[in-house]
Amino acid sequence: MTEVIPAKQPIIRVRGLRKTYRAGEVDVHALRGVDLDVKAGEFVAVVGPSGSGKSTLFHILGGLAAPTSGEVWIDGESLQKMSDSERTEMRQRKVGFVFQKYNLLPTLTARDNIEIARYLGHRNGPVDASFNQMLDLLGISDRLNRKPSALSGGEQQRVAIARALVNNPAIVLADEPTGNLDTENSTAVLGLLRQVNERLGQTILMITHNPEAAAFADRTVSMRDGRILE
Amino acid sequence: MINKLVVQNLRHRWVRTLLSALIIGVQVTSILTLLGLSRGMLKDSENRARTLGADIILRPGSSAAFNLSSAPVPAKFLPLVLRQPHVKDAVGVLSVAAILLTPIIGVDLDDFTRFNGGFRFLKGGPFQAPDDIIVDEYYAKQNKVSLGQTIKLINHDWRVCGIIESGKLGRLVVQLGRLQFLTSNPDKITQIFVRLDDPVQTDAVVEQLNKLLEGNLTASSIEVLASQYRIDNIPVLKTFIVVVNVLAIFVGFLVVFLSMYTAVVERTREIGVLKALGAKPVTILNLLVRETVVLALMGSLLGIIMSFGTQALIMTLVPASLQVVQVPDWWGYATLIAVAGALLGAIYPGLRAARQDAIEALAYD
Ligand SMILES: Nc1ncnc2c1ncn2[C@@H]1O[C@H](COP(=O)(O)OP(=O)(O)O)[C@@H](O)[C@H]1O
Ligand SMILES: [Mg+2]
Repeated sequence: MTEVIPAKQPIIRVRGLRKTYRAGEVDVHALRGVDLDVKAGEFVAVVGPSGSGKSTLFHILGGLAAPTSGEVWIDGESLQKMSDSERTEMRQRKVGFVFQKYNLLPTLTARDNIEIARYLGHRNGPVDASFNQMLDLLGISDRLNRKPSALSGGEQQRVAIARALVNNPAIVLADEPTGNLDTENSTAVLGLLRQVNERLGQTILMITHNPEAAAFADRTVSMRDGRILE
Repeated sequence: MINKLVVQNLRHRWVRTLLSALIIGVQVTSILTLLGLSRGMLKDSENRARTLGADIILRPGSSAAFNLSSAPVPAKFLPLVLRQPHVKDAVGVLSVAAILLTPIIGVDLDDFTRFNGGFRFLKGGPFQAPDDIIVDEYYAKQNKVSLGQTIKLINHDWRVCGIIESGKLGRLVVQLGRLQFLTSNPDKITQIFVRLDDPVQTDAVVEQLNKLLEGNLTASSIEVLASQYRIDNIPVLKTFIVVVNVLAIFVGFLVVFLSMYTAVVERTREIGVLKALGAKPVTILNLLVRETVVLALMGSLLGIIMSFGTQALIMTLVPASLQVVQVPDWWGYATLIAVAGALLGAIYPGLRAARQDAIEALAYD
């Protein structure tokens, strides 16, 4: 007996995406027609010069910003057809962000930074065992009661990764996650993303300037002037 | 979890938190002190009226309402009053403005003692010379006056001959004739206290006296007078209290507006992060509203505590001029006012934060 496995639809599908910012009198065309498909479970590196529209693309994918035109489907659902609050809910359920500047809440401990993500994602009750394993994997289990100011950059970024993963999102969008880290910490963080991708099957999109970092990914996508170069 | 964030945010900027709460607290204290002051002063006047032992008081003019500047009337009304049925005793006094809120009162000590038993002396005793003055314990305390000392009032030197227990008649008492002479009010008085043989007849006698005196003097029963010493019966005071409450709301509004506005600007990035984590605009608003309410509640608590301080201060420094009581029934109301003002102040910063673009926040360096 043979089973027919249907060709999996891409978890991210982008068509004709444009984004124009109005900066005073001039229009800035941050995205000029982006098409992209990402398969579930893929680890994709997005590279390109500064100002090429990488962050803008991520913000639209995560539902933080609306495109000027074009369409995005996340897991088959069109972002453009969603209301603001539906987009927020999509973000709660499906997307985890990691930023270059960690962006932990300075007044909360590492643990509470992770907890607040769970709270905002409407996940209540105790965290599951696999998440605790992941904290061990990230090497921050003994740092959880510290505030961000008492953590090194590498540690903060690991907490940020834990925060992005705590709600078990299908997609992780990492915008230059190693941009502020030294080589050692960069390698550690990249290794962690790789492991997370392999173990938990999360789809990861990672913006990076560093070719070595891009090498951790399955595939590299290059951007220039708001377009993807094939 | 959101409460934890609220508490942590307030703790993180604790100086600002404390200052904002303090300013809100000062507003709450000013409401409570004003009210306590109004009640205390009125209660004091009421007590003073009651301890006279009079059933009826006659005052110049045709109205029973408050009248501080009543011109004296001839003392010849006194024998007339004494002749009326049921009137057992009556005594006339002259009251002259001496210092702010405290009149100097001229009385015939023998008549007064016959009327209601007289004063209870803590030190010294009755008048021995024309220029002797009796002061009460609060006046003595506030002005550090001791027996035998000379004090200058209404441009005249008086020698303190006795210090009396506070609460009866007035704080400054001199001989009637001397005061009449010094103030060019020969044979004039400003009040007549009347005692009846049967207090049940009070209303009837009041009516009869008012008919008899035809507006030269107006009789009121002690009960009616006492009821005038209620805030509700003094429209000016009521208006003043409303004004202070409105001011308190406005100041609360300004303080929280500024405090929350800076907090929101300062936390632009954090708010962006919360949004990236899936916080909806209402969640952000909720966060700031909670922070505001906590601030207002802290302020109210501080305000209530401080109102004990202002009371103690006033009662220590100027017990003769001002009387303050605690007004616990207003604590809830003052808190409500603080919270209302604070919430008004949180509206604009809150909406701004809720609407704020997450991207700009995150891009912002
Ligand atoms: N909020 C904004 N307002 C105006 N212009 C913007 C804004 N965000 C980005 N841009 C512009 O859009 C272009 C793409 O920016 P971005 O997506 O951040 O590029 P990258 O992440 O590749 O460096 C840049 O020219 C940038 O100046
Ligand atoms: Mg960027």
